[in-house]
Amino acid sequence: MTATSFTPVASLLGGALIGLSAVLLMWATGRIAGVSGIVARLFPPYEDRAFAGRFAFVAGLVAAPILVRIVTGGLQEQTIAAGTPVLIIAGLLAGFGAVWGNGCTSGHGVCGLSRLSVRSLVATITFMATGVVTVFVMRHWS
Amino acid sequence: MAILIQFAIGLVFGLGLIISGMSNPAKVLNFLDIGRIPAGTWDASLAFVMAGAVAIAFIGFSRVLKLPRPFFAERFYVPTRKDIDPRIIVGPAIFGIGWGLAGFCPGPALTALGFGSASAFIFVAAMCAGMVLARFIANLPTSARVATPTDPLET
Repeated sequence: MTATSFTPVASLLGGALIGLSAVLLMWATGRIAGVSGIVARLFPPYEDRAFAGRFAFVAGLVAAPILVRIVTGGLQEQTIAAGTPVLIIAGLLAGFGAVWGNGCTSGHGVCGLSRLSVRSLVATITFMATGVVTVFVMRHWS
Repeated sequence: MAILIQFAIGLVFGLGLIISGMSNPAKVLNFLDIGRIPAGTWDASLAFVMAGAVAIAFIGFSRVLKLPRPFFAERFYVPTRKDIDPRIIVGPAIFGIGWGLAGFCPGPALTALGFGSASAFIFVAAMCAGMVLARFIANLPTSARVATPTDPLET
């Protein structure tokens, strides 16, 4: 496991940008900035005609590090410890669970808590708890 | 124009993920790893990301939702459900396991794609498959609906 440094100021600032993005999306489209909901609706069945906007939002998410690299000439280092089988299982579970529970860290954690939604509070406490247990089992039981 | 604005909004979200350090799965896992607290190597950054995001969104939403309508849409699509059904616990419970296994959740995984990470690509592909599967199962007719006679005279 890689050690990472505690970055309260950068994390608070980055978090504020995430909050700002959620507010701007609500202002522009009237929708919750829930990344799992946005990505899931890129696939059929289509319930509305908002595909292009959702695709543009996702493209912006992917383009952010490319922009940072162009402007600053470099990117912070990323450490992805999981191997391919774990990544596949993790992706399947995260994707399935996010859709089944109507949201992920952004939809429930950021947008839901900001709207004082009880459902989102229950969801956030639940995924934090199972996330903590999963990491504990993976790192300290093996 | 609306499309370009939504691209820019996604870009701001992605920049937030990079600046906050959340595009790096190691940082997320070191937050979820409470076993590090006694050793003093716990990374509490994620809590500060949430605090910053919720603070801005709490103030911003209350103002934006006072507007008559969104700039590019007819109305606001804000969830109104308040019931605690099994799915609001089962779904996030499964999601949390996936999150804890790799340290990726949907937003950061997409941003990690832009870093050129093959691991992020594998995760995102599997995540999309999981999403499609969940929507497919959720849209299957329930047994109650199947049992309902189509012809009202049959009852």
